[in-house]
Amino acid sequence: MALSGIQIYKMLPQTNCKECGFPTCLAFAMKLAAKQVELGSCPYVSEASKKQLAESAAPPIRLITLKANGTEVKVGNEVVMFRHEKTFYNKPGLFLRVKASDPDLAKKVAQADAYKVNYVGMDFTLDGFAIEADGDLPAAVKAVRAVTKRPLMLIGSDATLLDSSLSLLAGESTLIYAADSSNYEALADTAKKHKAALVVKADSLDALADLTQKVQAKGVEDMVLDLGGKNLGEWLTRSTQALKLALKANFKPLGYPTIFFAAQNGLDKEAVYAAQAISKYAGFVVLDTFAPEMIYPLLVLRENIYTDPQKPIQVQPGIYEINSPKPDSPVLVTTNFSITYFSVATEVERTGLPAWLLVTDAEGMSVLTAWAAGKFDAERIAKAIKSFNVADKVSKKRIVLPGHVAVLSGEVEEELAGWEIRVGPREAVDLPAFMKQVLN
Amino acid sequence: MPIEIPKDKWPGSIKAITIGATAAEGGTRTRTVTVGGQTTMPYLQYEAPTPHKSIIAIEIKSRKPEDWSALLAETWGAAMTDPAQWAQKAEEAGADLIVLTLTVEDSVEDAVRAVKSVLAATGLPIAVWGPGQAEKDNELLVPVSEATKGEKILLGICEDKNYRTIVATAMANGHLVQSRAPMDVNLSKQLNILISDMGMPKDRIIMDPTTGALGYGIEYGYSVMERLRLAALQGDVMTQFPMLVTPGFEAWKTKEAKVGEGVPEAWGDWKNRSINWETLTAIALVESGADIIVLRHPETVKRIKEAIEELMVAA
Repeated sequence: MALSGIQIYKMLPQTNCKECGFPTCLAFAMKLAAKQVELGSCPYVSEASKKQLAESAAPPIRLITLKANGTEVKVGNEVVMFRHEKTFYNKPGLFLRVKASDPDLAKKVAQADAYKVNYVGMDFTLDGFAIEADGDLPAAVKAVRAVTKRPLMLIGSDATLLDSSLSLLAGESTLIYAADSSNYEALADTAKKHKAALVVKADSLDALADLTQKVQAKGVEDMVLDLGGKNLGEWLTRSTQALKLALKANFKPLGYPTIFFAAQNGLDKEAVYAAQAISKYAGFVVLDTFAPEMIYPLLVLRENIYTDPQKPIQVQPGIYEINSPKPDSPVLVTTNFSITYFSVATEVERTGLPAWLLVTDAEGMSVLTAWAAGKFDAERIAKAIKSFNVADKVSKKRIVLPGHVAVLSGEVEEELAGWEIRVGPREAVDLPAFMKQVLN
Repeated sequence: MPIEIPKDKWPGSIKAITIGATAAEGGTRTRTVTVGGQTTMPYLQYEAPTPHKSIIAIEIKSRKPEDWSALLAETWGAAMTDPAQWAQKAEEAGADLIVLTLTVEDSVEDAVRAVKSVLAATGLPIAVWGPGQAEKDNELLVPVSEATKGEKILLGICEDKNYRTIVATAMANGHLVQSRAPMDVNLSKQLNILISDMGMPKDRIIMDPTTGALGYGIEYGYSVMERLRLAALQGDVMTQFPMLVTPGFEAWKTKEAKVGEGVPEAWGDWKNRSINWETLTAIALVESGADIIVLRHPETVKRIKEAIEELMVAA
């Protein structure tokens, strides 16, 4: 947790020597708190203060990066409990668990590795694979590494076996699952040797905090916590408590990202468990099922929850084709605010009727907001019609304005000579009826 | 060494509100349902027990909807043509509350008949919503409200441009109202104030912050709900109402749920995808503070009910 200027001031020499370039130690402390100067500018600060200030500058949740040859996944570094307070930064890594004993191992991994789904112009994939050491682990690692370039997690407790498997993954950052109170010394040594991150596991937060300190004393800094929540209620409680301790109480022993196994209580609960973990702070979510009908919605949920609330996603302005429009199909006008666009596009798609959707650049605002702000007016609409060459695409020069901006129709008519201007419904949900009854 | 877990102590709490009235209370319901009463963010049982869990409502319509997904039509079958039968099947599917939506085609007589038949078919508490056009809503809801005096029905939808008539009839006939604002903390609060200013008792308002489906703006609804709940816990009286959300309505109008053919292969199996779409929309809203979750598919109902039971277990 960041220290306030006053807290920092107490750690400074308080001599007002001015050598840092500021008139007083307090002024310097304020600049430090605002992260506008470096502590190094003070020649007289004590070693103890230096250490304390460096610790306070460390992120409350450690950033963990898993790397393979070419791809990586970063988790941690979160600073808020609720996304509206700032944003959630690093999306939880979605890993698929596979078994070393599975004769179809390589095939399964290859299939899941190739999975790619497009959402709002972005391609989403799984982030990596977790290999369970229930068979020949080194052989499985080789087989998996031959078909995927994504980061790996190795699930096993035999340090020797993990050691030989990790030797096959030189230059990578892998995650080891998991150290508990009985085996942490051996696993910490293995993790340290291979620069791997280590999952630490215990039945309570007390025991977990104790164990992370022991592992850290062995020289391992990159840790991930298995909080051991056995159902939705337990996970929510522990996940919230761990994050709150790290963020609000600056409790370092639990300042690491977490891992959650979504299928621990059965495949029928996997989607819901994974969804809760995504919403409620998990760093890694491990799935047992490769099912596109589950993975697609989970990837979308993850994207939605981790979208920066201060930057509404916008769609690219342009002319969009819905249901294969023809030259005589209507041109519907809207703005490039994502929700507006998706509401309108979905409703039009739903009708099955062909249409052109003209998305104007309204700086990511909804119809009413943009109109009020002067970002969605006759001039902008006419400009969009011209710059996207709409006249070349249609034979019937007819555009439909959103009902909320019916007042613009006169001005649009003046701007666009030869075009018929129609006023549509105010809400997207009424578009199907309008298109069927009015436009036909 | 035992860790001291930081706990929030909030000055405010959510109002506990009961929908439905038994014979002893002036209605005919065999069961009533109470929501709200929380003093923590959703399901943080270690701070204080959750007094009333989130409940599941199933949405039915006064006449068979032609625009619903084929998957829903397949599940509900012939019951969709008869609201009484549909309500019974919804009760069997695990509903705690029946939401009956009237349609623009309904006459006043149709609407009253549909509501009465549902009341006769189930002992569950009910909500009745107009078709969503101000004039028609008022035309249908006033006689419905009068014909069911004392049942403590949840009447909707009240929006900023049309709430007075519905609030007045709900007040006169002992019902509750649903206050809906478009995904905005201040607009929600403002409408709650307007409704309260008419004299509606605060234990008869349920707020509907509106939401988007997964992939279609859920993050806005999600954060608005968290902010409303935080405001309520901080002591803002006009946000201290239980929240109702409609993930069934939102999810089943998405292309992912509605369309089975001609979609990307990466979307996977249609039926499971649709149910996952509704389920994930719903569970995210449960995590962000929903008290009443209005659903459409029985499989989603089952999954969300199980999830809520797990959340009610104190860790």
